[in-house]
Amino acid sequence: MDNARKEWLLNTAIALALFAVPLWALLADEPFIITTATRIAILAIAAVGLNIALGLGGMVSFGHALYLGIGGYVAGIAAHHAFSGTTVLGLPGTNQMLPIWAIAMILSGTIAGIVGALSIRTSGIFFIMITLAFAQMGFFFTLSWPAYGGEDGLPIFVRNQFPGLNTARPWEFFLLSYGVLLAALAIFAMLRAARFGAALMAIRQNPDRAAAVGISPFGIKLVAFILSGMITGLAGAMMADLTRFVSPAMMAWTMSGELIVIIILGGVGRLFGPVAGAAILVCFEVLFGGLTEHWKLWLGLVLLAVVLFARGGLIGLLAGRAQHG
Amino acid sequence: MSLALVLEQLLNGVQFGLMLFLMSAGLTLVFGVMGLINLAHGSLYMIGAFLCAAIAAATGNFFIGLMAGIAAAAAAGALIEILVIRRLYARDHLDQVLATFALILILSEGVRMIFGPFPLYLTVPSVLRGTVNLGIVDYSLYRLALIGFGIAVALGLWALIAKTRLGIRIRAGESDREMIAALGVNIRVLYTVVFALGAALAGLAGALVGAIQSVQVGMGEPVLILAFVVIVIGGIGSIKGAMVGALLVGVIDTMGRFLLPRLFATIFDASAAAGTGAALASMLIYLLMALVLIFRPKGLFPAHG
Repeated sequence: MDNARKEWLLNTAIALALFAVPLWALLADEPFIITTATRIAILAIAAVGLNIALGLGGMVSFGHALYLGIGGYVAGIAAHHAFSGTTVLGLPGTNQMLPIWAIAMILSGTIAGIVGALSIRTSGIFFIMITLAFAQMGFFFTLSWPAYGGEDGLPIFVRNQFPGLNTARPWEFFLLSYGVLLAALAIFAMLRAARFGAALMAIRQNPDRAAAVGISPFGIKLVAFILSGMITGLAGAMMADLTRFVSPAMMAWTMSGELIVIIILGGVGRLFGPVAGAAILVCFEVLFGGLTEHWKLWLGLVLLAVVLFARGGLIGLLAGRAQHG
Repeated sequence: MSLALVLEQLLNGVQFGLMLFLMSAGLTLVFGVMGLINLAHGSLYMIGAFLCAAIAAATGNFFIGLMAGIAAAAAAGALIEILVIRRLYARDHLDQVLATFALILILSEGVRMIFGPFPLYLTVPSVLRGTVNLGIVDYSLYRLALIGFGIAVALGLWALIAKTRLGIRIRAGESDREMIAALGVNIRVLYTVVFALGAALAGLAGALVGAIQSVQVGMGEPVLILAFVVIVIGGIGSIKGAMVGALLVGVIDTMGRFLLPRLFATIFDASAAAGTGAALASMLIYLLMALVLIFRPKGLFPAHG
């Protein structure tokens, strides 16, 4: 069986498992497992966003928590004003997910556009550091901005609503997250198969040759970075609704690190890499976190072993190397 | 707002900058010589502080603790280099970021397992307690000693790099790794020594700062990020750049937090101004870093021409 077919089968198995386990939990009345699966789905959406910049474009953004946090704060602030009946910048608050998602994506896309335009000219360690610096700016801004809770964060008292669903029920919110995850994966697959994706990967592999055949690296990388930020921003809005809480911790640099870890554990640039990685990370936390308070020590050892010895992550391990290096 | 208060904050900024320099010097050397991004540098800072606090509490002598902190950080650095870091030199930055991120998780949890979840307290040694009169302001003697000590270590480091055989090898390693290996220098040992030297400086900074802050798990990461800001502003690989960058970051951060809320308070109404001022002040150094990268993408003092 060739690697592409193996990967396709593996992807199908992962997608089915992520649906079947919470379905079983629904029948067995285990809401915690449904919430855990929802967390995996939402983290995977955030990582699919990062995978566009990191996996396809080779841009090691160490600041994607910024977009996660922007999305989270959009959801939190909208719900806050809807709850208190006040306005923000002349607009009323809202408790509807659709307008919240739209604003979260527009805002995180705009910020990603600014950050990208300033940082794409640099590369290597400088790119890593400048993206980190912008995320830290966001982190410290939310930390010391008292209007929306500052350090204490902002609670969302009632989960925002989606037409036709009762989002307060874990299973229905899971279905929504799962649907958005599939849509994000479809967008990733279409981008990768399109001329745009081919150009982006060509730039990653050899910017000079790509430029020689007439591909302008800057514009394509910038568009990829913006799309990447938008999808992660959407995940941020959903994450805030899942935990019904948003705080500066969503923008902390460790969160950016975790998103990269998810992609590496799953497999860089692979379609289902983020899903596999998010599942590994969350399951690791839930299973080992219950056994020992020092589970992060073991996570560190596993991560170190993956980086040093098992490049390609879980998907690479089970389905072989990617066809395009 | 008196002149004395401004002078005190300025001295605090210089003291903070010099401690940042101790952190940044190791980071920039490791990047300059080995081309490695080491996120775990903050963990070495933490190890220095913990060992110093534990040994100082056991022996009752701060200076024995300080020596122990430096030695422990250097030993941990050498061990990490031999076990893990050595395998990362040929890898890309993504692998280096991840492997050293994993090291942070391991070292932080390791320290938590050994020393427990509660912060340790390290008191200022009795000979350095109290204040000293500097004309218009009474300034903490310990902080003044940190300034003096920071300058002395910086001079020592400069002498080491400029005047000794080891320094020549380090500089040669920065300009051409293959060539100095071909000339018969044992490059593996040199790498371990440079890494341990950087670790010792980080441990020293952690131990010294530990006496004015609490010693706790996670204390290294905020300083690590500031040290990255410093070396990106100064130019990665340049010790001189690290010095200039560290002083800039230390002074701008301290003065920004002190002056901006007061400045805004004179323009807008008090409560909103204090919040806006504080929010802007905490972003100031990152803004500085972004500006430097936009106008001088290789930093203020590019190391390689």
